[in-house]
Amino acid sequence: MRRGVFLFLVSVVPCLAAGAILAQDAPRLRGPDPFTREVPAPPMQRQITDDVRVGRNYPDQPPVIPHSIEGYAVDLNANKCMSCHARKFTEQSQAPMISVTHYQDRAGNTLGGLAPRRYVCVACHVPQTNAKPLVDNVFTDMDAITEPERQPARGRH
Amino acid sequence: MDLTRRTILKTQAAAAAAAAAGVSIPAEAQNIPTGEDIQLQWSKAPCRFCGTGCGVMVGVKDGRVVATHGDMQAEVNRGLNCVKGYFLSKIMYGADRLTQPLMRMKNGQFAKDGEFQPVSWDQAFDEMARQWKKVLKEKGPEAVGMFGSGQWTIWEGYAASKLMRAGFRTNNLDPNARHCMASAAVTFIRTFGMDEPMGCYDDFEHADAFVLWGSNMAEMHPILWTRITDRRLSHPHVRIATLSTYEHRTTDLSDTALIFKPNSDLAILNYIANYIIQNGAVNREFVERHCNFRLANTDIGYGLRPDNVLEQRAQHANDAQVSNPSSFEDYAKLMSQYTVEKASELSGVPKERLEALAKVYADPKVKVMSLWTMGFNQHVRGVWANHMVYNLHLLTGKISEPGNSPFSLTGQPSACGTAREVGTFSHRLPADMQVANPEHRKHAEEIWKLPHGLLPGKVGYHAVQQDRMLKDGKLNAYWIMCNNNLQTAPNTNNETYPGYRNPANFVVVSDPYPTVTAMAADLILPAAMWVEKEGAYGNAERRTHFWHQLVNAPGDARSDLWQLMEFSKRFTTDEVWPKEILDASPDHKGKSLFDVLFANGEVNKFPVSEVDPAYENRESKAFGFYVQKGLFEEYAAFGRGHGHDLAPFDTYHQVRGLRWPVVDGKETLWRYREGLDPYVEKGSGVQFYGNPDKKANIMGAPYEPPAESPDAEYDMWLVTGRVLEHWHSGSMTLRVPELYKAFSGAVVFMHPDDAAKRNLRRGQEVKVVSRRGEIRSRIETRGRNKVPPGLIFVPFFDASQLINKVTLDATDPISKQTDFKKCAVKVVAVSAADAGGQQ
Repeated sequence: MRRGVFLFLVSVVPCLAAGAILAQDAPRLRGPDPFTREVPAPPMQRQITDDVRVGRNYPDQPPVIPHSIEGYAVDLNANKCMSCHARKFTEQSQAPMISVTHYQDRAGNTLGGLAPRRYVCVACHVPQTNAKPLVDNVFTDMDAITEPERQPARGRH
Repeated sequence: MDLTRRTILKTQAAAAAAAAAGVSIPAEAQNIPTGEDIQLQWSKAPCRFCGTGCGVMVGVKDGRVVATHGDMQAEVNRGLNCVKGYFLSKIMYGADRLTQPLMRMKNGQFAKDGEFQPVSWDQAFDEMARQWKKVLKEKGPEAVGMFGSGQWTIWEGYAASKLMRAGFRTNNLDPNARHCMASAAVTFIRTFGMDEPMGCYDDFEHADAFVLWGSNMAEMHPILWTRITDRRLSHPHVRIATLSTYEHRTTDLSDTALIFKPNSDLAILNYIANYIIQNGAVNREFVERHCNFRLANTDIGYGLRPDNVLEQRAQHANDAQVSNPSSFEDYAKLMSQYTVEKASELSGVPKERLEALAKVYADPKVKVMSLWTMGFNQHVRGVWANHMVYNLHLLTGKISEPGNSPFSLTGQPSACGTAREVGTFSHRLPADMQVANPEHRKHAEEIWKLPHGLLPGKVGYHAVQQDRMLKDGKLNAYWIMCNNNLQTAPNTNNETYPGYRNPANFVVVSDPYPTVTAMAADLILPAAMWVEKEGAYGNAERRTHFWHQLVNAPGDARSDLWQLMEFSKRFTTDEVWPKEILDASPDHKGKSLFDVLFANGEVNKFPVSEVDPAYENRESKAFGFYVQKGLFEEYAAFGRGHGHDLAPFDTYHQVRGLRWPVVDGKETLWRYREGLDPYVEKGSGVQFYGNPDKKANIMGAPYEPPAESPDAEYDMWLVTGRVLEHWHSGSMTLRVPELYKAFSGAVVFMHPDDAAKRNLRRGQEVKVVSRRGEIRSRIETRGRNKVPPGLIFVPFFDASQLINKVTLDATDPISKQTDFKKCAVKVVAVSAADAGGQQ
């Protein structure tokens, strides 16, 4: 029955439907119409800085960053992210500690600190703007498959 | 459906009470699911995005991909993915997936000026075949063409190559990889006689110094960057030097950044060669035993249309690829012009930094890994730049051993596996063979069981030439698969779009999503993507890796492989092959192209029963044989025993990829060195066996200026490229909300002084204008990219800001790869009148 719901969703989304997509944002996906026209650039989006945790789509998804990281240094001298998210600072900062996986080196040994291969936090963790998604994403949360009757309202999109 | 906090707490309270009482409660009263409910089916697959080739574990439940994570067993990434890789689960689920063919129609008929309407696959293929046959009849094979992809699976590229070259008898087949690494591929052949790197990713754990030439790995190859940062931060003696035209996340973690003026990398490279020679750092024994010297033709033009003044003025625009045998002395003499003063003056890099870098290459004790991507390849002298870095490694003998490694990174997941190894370029056949070589064509005809003389020897239209020929009405039936070329080709307003809408042409686009390119087509075919089909990719370190079909594509969407093979059924040999060839080979008469190309006794050799019963395989079901296995095994015959050996098909479904040549079941990590590569003869030490004399070519070439430089009116350099969060033109990543919200639209990265000079503020709307076109964007003076004065960077993922309307269609004249990294633009504020007139 759940499968039926999905097929229904797919089949009612017409191929180039206006319904699935916000008209003013369509050029971001499909280009201007006609192609040769120049469209105004929408204002730059503001970063979300509310510090409210956003749920994950699945366990291994790196959590998104709910605050601004403008000007954060991640270079050979400093890693600003770790000044809150390192184990020893979390009590003071009340920020989540980096995942235990981040202590493991390439060979799987557990180290006494952040593994150097995990040094560039922003390779996986990204801040979010308040932009509205350009088009719905019909990805299904695994919990919605196992327990369709019990789902919390999902995050911001 | 909402579960409120109150009901959660009630359920949890009930569970706690039950636990305390030592009784079990009914499943629906438990607060968490257990047992069968939480089982997922996990399978391996390579990542869909860049050329790194990370392993991913894909979790499926009820026919849906519900989770992905980095594959711990994959050597490439050992459990890591970048943010794009971590969101692979969502790329197939954009709500505007194409689920049925769409054709431009009026009154129930195809019409070039009609509106898109849904049609059946039969209607779509009927019209397409009608158009193809008309063009073939009226104009011949040279008016038919296809633009493919380094994101095609190996068998899709292979099937396309057979269909175009043997079926329609045209070499007008090119991949978007032409825009991406043609300069690298061409230079490998010119230098070593064989394509692709001699080293592999294991070099990361052996090198003492990393030199990045025009590569922002922190954003474009993030997982390989984790291996470099791991090495740098774990071993204090290790150093990273990054050469670029602006600062970025990679320079943030580099020990030195050398920010040079566009195109002057050529002078820096030659200066380092000169330093090596002047300071006695040439490895004489290595050079004498293993290298030849050649000098390239110079003044070779810019690959523009032949009537362009720059082409007419160039002395060797028509024989740019020619080079002549030379000597160490002549090469040293040419290099001697490139003093540190000259290199510093041309590049703007301080002399001390240049010298420090030269010492890294010259010191025999320092193991150097050079890495490059689009900064080198998308370069009007990209082939020369590639040569020049090999020159440094060859002069010093720092090559083909752990840690000493000139390493060309690739952009796309199968640029190596499909575009290069299968040979989907307009000049190539599988296993490095060339269409212009009669012996190579004959060999291909034998493997393909086709009549002698069938394969055309004329090199086909390359990517940029295809656009020009569409516009000029010489290429009329055109199929675009697995790419978004109207967003990513150069100078699109003038050279790409006109060809797509030229009434003389019929343009077909196969894609999972309605892209810019699809919207400009006449027929759109809905494509299956990634794990919706069984696939194989080849990454940048020669690693071939496979995956199974894990879920079904939505609606009527079908894989590119099914589309190619099904379409071939609509042609008979009598319709498309010359009479004399069929008369000489009567067995081939009256057969469909499907029969002669795919039901040829080889491709259809393996029964459907050999498909792993745990997985669906739609193509094999549709055609009645194990399609992927048959295509792969026939293809592998080209390379086995010739240094391109691939393992048996079934092996790849068991392992996390293998690096070819795979000889006696063992992969090869470093090529050309005795003891590491089984093809190197005992006692020889090193053999560059791709060339008949087993030597590599050191190629001398000078600095030459770019095709277009800033002047009084167009006073800024424009550099285009990618960002970490979006893949190429964004057709997948923009549909993942988290990735879109991470980088929500292109901006113009500009130096604060340049902004102030123009009275522009951060966030203000501007026009970026070149001699070819303009776009509207927003100014960014902060953020990840720190550009120098006089240069802007604009990413190309945003279809509402098509920066390739602005770029120049100048190419490297040898590789025909576009230079997307330098042209002249001006940046002006959008005036009130502009804003009012277009809102």
